Amino acid sequence: MELASLVFIVNIIGAGLRTGTPLLFATLGEIITERSGVLNLGVEGMMLAGALAGFAVSYGTGNPWFGVMAGMLAGGTLSLLNGLVAITLRGDQVVSGLALTFVGRGLTSVLGVAYVQIREVPRLPTVRLPFMYDVPLIGPNILWPLFGEQNIVLYLGFLLVPAVWFWVERTRPGLHLRAVGEKPAAADAVGINVAAQRYLYVFVGGAFAGLAGASLSLAITPLWIDDMTAGQGWIAVGLVIFAGWNPWRAVLGAYIFGALRRLPLDLQAVGWLPFASNPILGVWLEMIPYLFTIVALIFSSREAIRKRLGAPAALGIPYIRGERGA
Amino acid sequence: MSESQFAFEMRGITKRFPGVLANDNVDFAVREGEIHALLGENGAGKSTLMNMLNGLYRPDEGQIFIKDQAVRFSSPREAINHGIGMVHQHFMLVPTQSVAENLILGQSAPRFYINYSELEAQVAELSEKFGLAVDPRAKIWQLSVGEQQRVEVLKMLYQGAKILIMDEPTAVLTPQEVTDLFDTLRSMTASGHTIVFISHKLDEVVAIADRVTVLQRGRVTATVEGKDTTKAELARLMVGREVLFRIQKAPAQPGAEALVIENISCENDRGLPALRNLSLTVRAGEVVGIAGVAGNGQTELAEVIAGLRAATEGRVIVQGQEVTGKRVAAGEQSEASKGGSWDIQVSLDIGDSSINLSKGDERPEKQAAPIMVSEGLAYIPADRTGVGSSPNLSLIDNLILKAYRRPPIGKGWRIDLSLAREQAEKLVEQFNVMTPNVDTPARLLSGGNLQKLILAREISSRPKVIIAVYPVRGLDVGAIEAIHQMLIDERNRGTAILLISEDLDELLSLSDRIVVVFEGQIMGEVPPEDERVDEIGLMMAGTRVEAVHAS
Ligand SMILES: Nc1ncnc2c1ncn2[C@@H]1O[C@H](COP(=O)(O)OP(=O)(O)OP(=O)(O)O)[C@@H](O)[C@H]1O
Ligand SMILES: [Mg+2]
Repeated sequence: MELASLVFIVNIIGAGLRTGTPLLFATLGEIITERSGVLNLGVEGMMLAGALAGFAVSYGTGNPWFGVMAGMLAGGTLSLLNGLVAITLRGDQVVSGLALTFVGRGLTSVLGVAYVQIREVPRLPTVRLPFMYDVPLIGPNILWPLFGEQNIVLYLGFLLVPAVWFWVERTRPGLHLRAVGEKPAAADAVGINVAAQRYLYVFVGGAFAGLAGASLSLAITPLWIDDMTAGQGWIAVGLVIFAGWNPWRAVLGAYIFGALRRLPLDLQAVGWLPFASNPILGVWLEMIPYLFTIVALIFSSREAIRKRLGAPAALGIPYIRGERGA
Repeated sequence: MSESQFAFEMRGITKRFPGVLANDNVDFAVREGEIHALLGENGAGKSTLMNMLNGLYRPDEGQIFIKDQAVRFSSPREAINHGIGMVHQHFMLVPTQSVAENLILGQSAPRFYINYSELEAQVAELSEKFGLAVDPRAKIWQLSVGEQQRVEVLKMLYQGAKILIMDEPTAVLTPQEVTDLFDTLRSMTASGHTIVFISHKLDEVVAIADRVTVLQRGRVTATVEGKDTTKAELARLMVGREVLFRIQKAPAQPGAEALVIENISCENDRGLPALRNLSLTVRAGEVVGIAGVAGNGQTELAEVIAGLRAATEGRVIVQGQEVTGKRVAAGEQSEASKGGSWDIQVSLDIGDSSINLSKGDERPEKQAAPIMVSEGLAYIPADRTGVGSSPNLSLIDNLILKAYRRPPIGKGWRIDLSLAREQAEKLVEQFNVMTPNVDTPARLLSGGNLQKLILAREISSRPKVIIAVYPVRGLDVGAIEAIHQMLIDERNRGTAILLISEDLDELLSLSDRIVVVFEGQIMGEVPPEDERVDEIGLMMAGTRVEAVHAS
């Protein structure tokens, strides 16, 4: 292959890994929450909360890791609002999720005003793996630009996926998580506390969304800008369906969509494509992730289709003990 | 009281639900190592009583003793820690998980990592020990109902239950599976287990129970020895009067062809062929029974006729009108639908969406066809909560689901609620539905009462054709008698009835002709005579009628 096109492709993949990482965290979190039977459409709001909390604490303390923890705590705490409506009050989860997004956006927009001007914040470190360069043949042009020098959150993503999969599919707590999301009455009948399980995983999902936000504001685009997630939370909600609630498939989706977000820029640089001469076309390209999300949400709101795609059977349904037909 | 003669004892138990006294000062004692049957009409409070023993509900009054020790359970977990396990009327298994996973659900071991190969070997060993053959790796949704029940029993044994409560375990089993279950139960009592067995099938109770306790409207009316009792006595104790086990009926007077099924083929939920080129005719004023082992296309047949499932080939003709692939227009009158105006279709969608949600996917494509089924088709589905009723709506709303669109209840764009209430109250009384009032949500009715409610709605719509799928499954003898009588009255009125059932007694008693299906095809037709039972059995196993007669 010609070197120029190889570089081009490697660049796009590299961009996919970087911009896809926050998406991956958010998607993994939402997968966990949804597998416990709770739908949390507030990912966007929780990501924003995580991004601002992470940025502010990192700036205040000088330690980005405190920032990450604060971001996760903020996302998790906010998610409990959705938990309260969905689990305890047995309300409509679609409505409460939307409300959560509004709360998250409003809160961060007000509280974040003071941080908009700040340009220097302690960032999460970059990891250098020099040996990547030395691998014969594919080292210099492929491995090094992809994995040689990346932010630590990328590697965290690589670790989290198998960890989440292992937790859900191979452990006792994971078995309980799945049972609560598939058939809460069966879980209840053997003494599993359905509400406690659901609260736990709503919180974990929120913390993951917070992590996604903090990795955005402390690593990928180390800044605080109002509404900086720009709809990524919604893309994550869509990716959950695309991934069929499976963490491994989430990886693929998150990185593809990470790359898609960058693609408009890259394609405009390619001379022989129409995008270079006509910037309007680029706007259309930018729509792709959002179009995908809209389609995914339409699909996910049709129960029959959701079933076929393998959604947890009790997703979005509050559990009431002794309810007939539950 | 002699020491530990009883495995457990319930004393003076009272349980109230809003508007219902479900258990009224109940004393119930079960001896160690016995099979004790709990009998009673639908809604008598059997499940409620056992749910208290199992820790799912807490009694309002009264106490539970295990080996003379007073106990108090706040969750099923605590009950199982005291050795009490329950197999529920509706299975409590996670369909997407494997047999082995279901067994360890909620258990304290393994603590974290699940070693699947070790676990599966352990489960295989246990299932061998009690003769409960099932593949530990199979997913629950892949198993037949009988196998799922074995998993439930295994689960309780695995969790160390010494007292096993089984709530209507045989309601959904084939005769062979019932025999297997009884063998298991006997081997369990032989190894020191105690069993509480709830059933409406008096033959089974007489066959297996050491003692029988009868509940009537929440109170204990009698406890008798199993070997001293008879079916008739038990029925009398339950219902408080003599019960007819076989309906009296005059010979059928078949009229015109009311339902014609021509070369119908269709697929099941998994996309496999369910019906293969099946043809059948039901005339006005006759009952045609469909016999067959569950899963041979019976439910799909009913769904195709009702318009809930698309046929891949063939035609369904009701009262001379082809209706293939169209939805049941919930009793829409011909005059109204002939206009085929848009508002009718829209209101249809609103009307049915609440009950069809779970089926949405399999709906035939032609559902928006402007001419809806208008010939009075009534459908009594096997799935009472998913298709037959709308669990969260009140009894009134459920009863007017077929009638709200036309006078007298539908008045232009509004519904005459006071008339609806009046009619609902009348139907509830006429069909003897046990409920505090007509505003109760349908989900709170006991299984039998829900079925009576569905029948009340369907029969009151004055249908020309009735499709009844397992109409008396899970019902008590009194209710069965009443429902059979209703169906026969309908037939005598000139309604064509297609009866799908697994219960040969029911088929023999109601049908004017019996058609046997196997793997989506008709094996042959038999007159409903007791001497022909063996013949029917052979055909249910896949032998064609010609072959049966040849041998
Ligand atoms: N959770 C509940 N809330 C309100 N009422 C209830 C509830 N559960 C049961 N009931 C009512 O209590 C009564 C007893 O119901 P139960 O389910 O114990 O009857 P059953 O004897 O098991 O009947 P079946 O043979 O039909 O299963 C019924 O009138 C029922 O409607
Ligand atoms: Mg019951």
